[in-house]
Amino acid sequence: MSELTREQAQALIEEVLEVYPEKAKKDRAKHLMVNDKEITQSKKCITSNRKSVPGVMTQRGCAYAGSKGVVWGPIKDIIDISHGPVGCGAYSRGGRRNYFSGTSGVDSFCDINFTSDFQEKDIVFGGDKKLAKLIDELEGLFPLSKGISVQSECPVGLIGDDIEAVAKKKAAEIGKVIVPVRCEGFRGVSQSLGHHIANDAVRDWIISNRDGKPFESTPYDVAILGDYNIGGDAWASRILLEEMGLRVVAQWSGDGTLTEMENTPNVKLNLLHCYRSMNYISRHMEEKYGIPWLEYNFFGPTKIKESLREIASHFDEKIQEGAERVIAKYTPAMDAIIAKYKPRLQGKKVMLYVGGLRPRHTVGAYEDLGMEVIGAGYEFAHNDDYDRTMKEMKDATLIYDDVTGYEFEEFVRQLKPDLIGSGIKEKYAFHKMGVPFRQLHSWDYSGPYHGFDGFAIFARDMDMTVNNPCWGMLKAPWLKDEAEGEQKAA
Amino acid sequence: MANIMVRKSADGGLSFYLPKRDIEDSIISIEFDTPEKWGGEIRLGNGGIYYIDPIPAPARLPISVRARRVDGVE
Repeated sequence: MSELTREQAQALIEEVLEVYPEKAKKDRAKHLMVNDKEITQSKKCITSNRKSVPGVMTQRGCAYAGSKGVVWGPIKDIIDISHGPVGCGAYSRGGRRNYFSGTSGVDSFCDINFTSDFQEKDIVFGGDKKLAKLIDELEGLFPLSKGISVQSECPVGLIGDDIEAVAKKKAAEIGKVIVPVRCEGFRGVSQSLGHHIANDAVRDWIISNRDGKPFESTPYDVAILGDYNIGGDAWASRILLEEMGLRVVAQWSGDGTLTEMENTPNVKLNLLHCYRSMNYISRHMEEKYGIPWLEYNFFGPTKIKESLREIASHFDEKIQEGAERVIAKYTPAMDAIIAKYKPRLQGKKVMLYVGGLRPRHTVGAYEDLGMEVIGAGYEFAHNDDYDRTMKEMKDATLIYDDVTGYEFEEFVRQLKPDLIGSGIKEKYAFHKMGVPFRQLHSWDYSGPYHGFDGFAIFARDMDMTVNNPCWGMLKAPWLKDEAEGEQKAA
Repeated sequence: MANIMVRKSADGGLSFYLPKRDIEDSIISIEFDTPEKWGGEIRLGNGGIYYIDPIPAPARLPISVRARRVDGVE
């Protein structure tokens, strides 16, 4: 399909909204927009971070998902107790593939589900005693853990358990950090509030633990914030920073440790990849410790080069030379990848609907491959994310917030993109529609996609999805023959 | 009353951040901006007006202060 004009895109949105009842239509209309680069403030044309309309198919998660699944889960030497009924922990275990180096069950605990498994009696009599017992058991079974976090599920908030008191008492007993996190799923409209609550818990219980203690610092200390090491992303980013001469003190939180987090206030610059989930703690560190923070983008060579130079500009000439050296080293390899895949992907159209940072950060990587992003949206973004997205996207492209299953399908039916990047809930619906699809939440079980090394994998994955021969075989052979036969007859 | 954070933005101006609502915006004008007296009425890019009790100018930004919403969007 040829490119839409602004009027056509607006007409498409109106057509899609037509099926809703009056009230829902009015509400949903505020969440859909046609990009206009001249508007600098997204709040004038898009509403975000609002409760989803009841009855629609939304793809959002809950505060618990944001806190346990995103922020706390990947910290490898902290045991995260899913405090409440068993399901939340069981279904959020390992889904994001936050890689870590360590021995699972001995010194690393990312891929194990620890839960207090609430029963009826715990709801009636309260779960505090059970939590205390659970912490004792954990201490006996996993003595090498460095800390424990208590991730509340909905019932804990509803029955009013005092997890803070248990945490304080037990922390004194076992001599480890125990962090109570009030991330009950009913808080907020999406996982976004969970990120905020998790950041606040880190601020209150962890970040100042080592204030005033000796730390051997260098002028080149940085921390990677908001990289969850999905498929090894943080490692692919880290080697670039180390190659240019920086010292990465902490990884938040993919393959990160409690000690790293406690040492973060000593760094000279915080590098923020996922703005949505970790801007809160960056702002806190900026205020309390005077550490500046910088958003960067490690998707696709163009953006990586820009980011490396921007990061280097905060340091002296040694690092700036280092950045140029790294760029020069990888440029031939990147050119070869683009030369290989660009002819196969040139002009293909992509629609994205993910969370966090991907709908805007991956645009550059797709453009490096000659592809074009014609629609982007977030599950749980706020307006500052859309401010940033509108700059990245072309004019007259679609931007949709918390898009419903129906709307997304209709957009795809009309715009006919060559590739969709979204989550597992959408994946099979679009496979059945015959549209190439990548699950972009955890890189469709591939990765890493960050950094120069990641771009090679990204390009390969996009090529093998878009140009997969299976998309031409979706029609049953007898139906195909009939259709072709008719054509011949005509 | 709400806690807000005032920080220096990249372009050299001041920016306003309301953590509770996750609202970030530029500060267009601030009533008092001298070393002895800082704060007062602040006007935001989105049309909101907040009031900070005047204090001596902070030595370092960002700073978290209590502010009262006078008018406009939140």
